[in-house]
Amino acid sequence: MARRPERGAVRKRQRPGRKGGERRDGRPQKRRRARRGGGARVSAWLQEHPRAALNSLGRLWRHRLASAMTVAVIAVALALPGALWILLSNAQRATGGWDSGARISAYLDPSLDADAANAVADRIAARDDVRVVKRISADEALAEFRDLSGFDEALEALDRNPLPAVVVVEPSGLQARSPAALKHLGESLQQIDGVDRARVDLEWVERLYALLDLVERGVTLLGILLAAGVLLIVGNTIRLDILNRREEIEVTKLIGASDAFIRRPFLYGGLWYGLLGALSAWLLLALSRALLAGPAARLAAAYGSQFRLQGLGPDHVGLLLLTGAGLGLVGSWLAVGRHLRRIEPG
Amino acid sequence: MIRFDHVNKRYPGRRDALTDVSLHLPKGEMAFLTGHSGAGKSTLLKLIARIERVTRGTLLIDRVNLSTLPRRRVPWLRRQMGIVFQNHHLLYDRTVFDNVALPLVIAGYRSGELRRRTRAALDKVGLLDKERQMPITLSGGEQQRVGIARAVVHRPPLLLADEPTGNLDPALSREIMDLFVSFNRVGVTILVATHDIALTEAFGLPVIALAGGGLVRDDFAGVDLGTPA
Repeated sequence: MARRPERGAVRKRQRPGRKGGERRDGRPQKRRRARRGGGARVSAWLQEHPRAALNSLGRLWRHRLASAMTVAVIAVALALPGALWILLSNAQRATGGWDSGARISAYLDPSLDADAANAVADRIAARDDVRVVKRISADEALAEFRDLSGFDEALEALDRNPLPAVVVVEPSGLQARSPAALKHLGESLQQIDGVDRARVDLEWVERLYALLDLVERGVTLLGILLAAGVLLIVGNTIRLDILNRREEIEVTKLIGASDAFIRRPFLYGGLWYGLLGALSAWLLLALSRALLAGPAARLAAAYGSQFRLQGLGPDHVGLLLLTGAGLGLVGSWLAVGRHLRRIEPG
Repeated sequence: MIRFDHVNKRYPGRRDALTDVSLHLPKGEMAFLTGHSGAGKSTLLKLIARIERVTRGTLLIDRVNLSTLPRRRVPWLRRQMGIVFQNHHLLYDRTVFDNVALPLVIAGYRSGELRRRTRAALDKVGLLDKERQMPITLSGGEQQRVGIARAVVHRPPLLLADEPTGNLDPALSREIMDLFVSFNRVGVTILVATHDIALTEAFGLPVIALAGGGLVRDDFAGVDLGTPA
C-alpha cells in the first residue's frame, strides 16, 4: 500500500525487536524460547504449576459443598479398606505371640538309658536350626504324669518307666515359622538316631494362617474394587467440571492455550480431590481408632494381655495419602484424555 | 501477512462457504472485510485462526502454511494473533484484569511483566480504573474494550476482529475503530469483519468484500466487481 508510506518507518523505530522474516524457518517457537533462555522456561514452569495448583484449589473452595461431597465419598472409599487393613494387622499382631510358640516335641526312643538320652538331646541342641526349650528326662516325665494323673498305684505296678524322654524345641530365630517349614523341621528331627517321633502341633497354626490369608486376600480385593470406585468418582467429577467449563476451554483454546495448559487445572483438581479424600480417610480412621481404643484395651485386659489397638504408622499414612493423590490424578487424567480433546472452538 | 491462494471451504453436507478465494493482506496494513451475513466473512476469519481447515487451496499466515501446520502447533499460531469477537467471549467468573492477562498467563510471562503489560493494555482501552471489576458489571462497549485489550495485550503482529461493533451505537463503534487504527499505526496488521458500510466508508480504509462465498472486491489487488444485489 503506497498510500501511507511513512508507517513503515514509524513501525521500525517503535518495535525494534520485530523484523520481517523472524519466523521464516517455520520453527519460530524454539527460536523465541531460545532467545528467552532456559532459565526463563524453568521459572515459567515453576510459576505455572503452583498457579494451576492454587487455582484448582480455589475452585474447589468456591464450590465447597459439591467438593466436600466428592471428597467425602472418596474418603469413605479409602477408609473402608484402610480400616479392614488396620484390623487385619492388629489381628496379626495379637496372634503374633502364638506362632512363635510353635514347638516341636521330639520323643526319644524309650529303650535308651539316661546317658544315651542325654547324648541324643545334646545332638539336637547342637543343631543351629532349633533352640531347645526344655529337656524332660524319662524320670521327670513319670513324676509329672504321676502328679497330674493320680495313677500312683497303677504306675507302681509297672516294672519300668513306660514314658520316653522328651526334648522340646522351637525354631531358632532365623528359621521360617510357616506350617510347611515347621513340618519340614519335624521330619528332619525324626531322622536323628534315637529320636522315636517328632510331633509338630500344626493344625492350629495352619488354620490361623489360612484364616489370615483369606482375610488378607479379601481386604486386597475390596481395596482394588474401591480404588476403581475412586477412579470413577474422580473421573466423573472432572468430566462434569470439563462440561461446565466448556466455554472457558473454548475461549482459552482460541487465545492460544496449549493442550497442556488447559489440561493442567483439571489434573490438579483430580489430585486435590484424591489428596483431600485421603486426608479425610485418615481422619476417619484416627477417629475410629480413638473410639475403639478404650473397649479394645478393656477386652485385652480381661484376657490378661498387654495388647493395644494400633492405628496407622507414619509410613502407612504416607502410603494412604500417596494412593489417594495417585488415584485422583489417574482418574482425572482418564477424564481429561477423553473429553478435553473433543472441545474445539467453532 | 495473510495470503489466500485459490481457497475453497466446504462444510460437510452444505454448499461451498468460500469459493476460489485469492487475496493478500500485506504486513502492517489494516482492511475491512465486508459482505452480507452468510457471505463467508466468519468462515474466512475462522480459516485464518485455524478454527476451520481449508478444504482446497493454500492459506499462508506470515509464510506458515496452515494446511501442513500440525495440530500441536495451532496454539502457537493463535498466539501470533489477537482475536476480537462480536460477543466478547469474556470469562465472566474472573475480573477484568484476569481476563486481559490471560494471553500472558498462557504465554508464561512472569508476574511483574504480566502486571505491567496488562495494565498498559487496559490503559490503552481506557479501562485501567475498572481492572478489579467483574465483566458483567460493565456496559457492552466496555466489555468489547476488555476483549480488545485481551486481544492486543501480548502484542500480536496480527489482529482479527469479527463484527467488533456489531452491538454498539455509532459513536461507540467509531471509538472502537479509532482504537484499531491506533494499533495499526504501531505496525499491527488488522482485518476487521463488519457489515457496517457507513463505518468502512467513514474510515476510508481498504476493503475486501465477499458475496456468496466469492471475492467481489479487493482494494489491494484493485479488483471491484461491483456490489451484488
